[in-house]
Amino acid sequence: MFKQDMTALLRRHGLLFAFGIFLAGVALTTDTFLTVGNFLDVIRQVSITGMIAIGVTFVVITGRFDLSVGSMLTFLTVIVVDQHNVSGPFMAIIYVMIGGIVIGAINGLLIGFIGLNALIVTLAMLSFLQGLTLFYSGGANVNVQNAQNTWFAFFGRADLFGIPVPALIFILTAIVASFVLTRTTFGRQIFAVGGNETASKFSGIDTRKTIFFAYILSGLTTALAAIIMGSRVMGAQNTIGQGYELTVLAGIILGGTSLLGGSGGIWRTILGITMLGFIQNGLLLLGYPYYVQWLVTWVVIILAVWIDLGAKRGKVFA
Amino acid sequence: MSTPNKISFLAPIKNWLLRNHIWVFFLVVFGAFSLASPYFLTVNNLSNVLTQSAFIGILAIGMTLVMINGEIDLSVGAVLALASALAIGLQDSIGVWPAVFCGLLSGVALGALNGTIIALSGIHSFIVTLGALIGVRGLVFIYTGEDALMVSDFSYTEYPEIYLGPLSITAMIFLGLAFLFQWILTSTRHGREAYSVGDNIEAAHDAGINVKRNKIINFTICGGLAAVAGILLSMRLGTAEPNAGKIWELWTIIAVVLGGVRLTGGYGTLWMTIGGVLTLAVMRNGLRLLSTPNYVELMVMGAVLIMALLLDHFLSGISRKKTS
Repeated sequence: MFKQDMTALLRRHGLLFAFGIFLAGVALTTDTFLTVGNFLDVIRQVSITGMIAIGVTFVVITGRFDLSVGSMLTFLTVIVVDQHNVSGPFMAIIYVMIGGIVIGAINGLLIGFIGLNALIVTLAMLSFLQGLTLFYSGGANVNVQNAQNTWFAFFGRADLFGIPVPALIFILTAIVASFVLTRTTFGRQIFAVGGNETASKFSGIDTRKTIFFAYILSGLTTALAAIIMGSRVMGAQNTIGQGYELTVLAGIILGGTSLLGGSGGIWRTILGITMLGFIQNGLLLLGYPYYVQWLVTWVVIILAVWIDLGAKRGKVFA
Repeated sequence: MSTPNKISFLAPIKNWLLRNHIWVFFLVVFGAFSLASPYFLTVNNLSNVLTQSAFIGILAIGMTLVMINGEIDLSVGAVLALASALAIGLQDSIGVWPAVFCGLLSGVALGALNGTIIALSGIHSFIVTLGALIGVRGLVFIYTGEDALMVSDFSYTEYPEIYLGPLSITAMIFLGLAFLFQWILTSTRHGREAYSVGDNIEAAHDAGINVKRNKIINFTICGGLAAVAGILLSMRLGTAEPNAGKIWELWTIIAVVLGGVRLTGGYGTLWMTIGGVLTLAVMRNGLRLLSTPNYVELMVMGAVLIMALLLDHFLSGISRKKTS
């Protein structure tokens, strides 16, 4: 009986165990890993990816994609940094929030209301926003001019009660998002649309509106991430967010949210993103070059999803 | 008497146009740039366009096969980079053609690996190939160590300098492969089965089609073709950058979808794909000839893609209304 429980447990959480073993291994071989400073560093690093991933989780649970978040992050970071110089930090933040909502709304309009394919629409948006970024910046890097004395530095660089502010914003957003997803009508509708779109339509849910608002949330959290990013770097290159859409999706998948929609959760996404963050951190501390983590990510994603799928279906092979 | 005749005469043309509207679009773009730039409609330029389009084009052939199956392959750009790095990096130790063969083999092997994982695990191809897109790029960096590899013997870069009139060997390989795979799609058992797998996988399985084998073969072809594109690119450039082919999978998907191939599977031909690839290439080339800045190109591409999707959406709405 006990043995059966153990195998079931291993099957369900095998990946977590493997992750634990990896962490223990890194902790034993390096002195720096198991320190408060390092943990806070990791959390600070994952907070940007994590913020975006929270919004994208809503989209993914409706059974759709948002591949535009990477170039959206670039665009909005360039805007926030440049507008900081032009119209001050407060207005810069307002502009970026509006920007994120508008871009999300365009995605949501095309995908939710017109019913176009999400993959292609957000790919087109990716390309469009890359162009818009270059148009805005003229190809040059932008920098915050008075980086030493601006309260804008608070979002990316400051600590509050010994915890980095970006991490606090991340945790707070996660709590709010988790509440919205699990305890509100809108959240239940997100799950319903992803689970069975036709059924939710017949039960009176305005699926188009639900999808629309999911994309707006994705745009909004990306805008918040852009503020953190701009504040942390105090500048922006035209490629600063490149590839973030992939990391975000990898984290969401790793957490166990199904790309088919209808299942998932904020805490799963955070788990996935944090795991990626620790894998990256651990491999770097062990002295591997940064690109080794990509190889590890590949293996981990396939194993994680395969174990999850295998456990659900009760056998390893399809 | 004449009216029904007229309808039956026009109907197939209309149907063909509804399915291949990309070629109408292609002619419009082509005509517009011919009028707008004096440098566009020259043999030299068009020959260049065809050569430039060949790389995305070869990737798009494999992507079309995979999409007809109802799957997607996001890893083609990374596979291209690995094949090109191996073809150049191994030359000094094992000779040119063995190195090219190794590059080709890496693509075939990675394609087969993707296909096998997808078929055996039942994980969606989007996830499997997204993982591969990240991981294979890691392999490329591990092999090249962040620096671009360069050929030591520059006669390697002269191989693609074979021309048949205005047609470069690269363009010929692209068109040849497109014809070959269109023939496979329409006239072989594998091709017919690929459509039925994409159209209705349960029905295909019940009809006795080996669904898994069909998918594995198509992913293997897709990986192999990505390697072919990578090797041709390495010959053209003489170097292999670790970041080569980055986000080319997106351009490839854009070209294929622009052509009218559906992501849902079971629908599409390589004529559509060639149309999409050439339209994209002509647009890029034309915009550059008009010396528009790079950002306009990116914005126009995004806008055109959305428009193509809207057009397809409404056209398929019309044809759906007609049949029902």
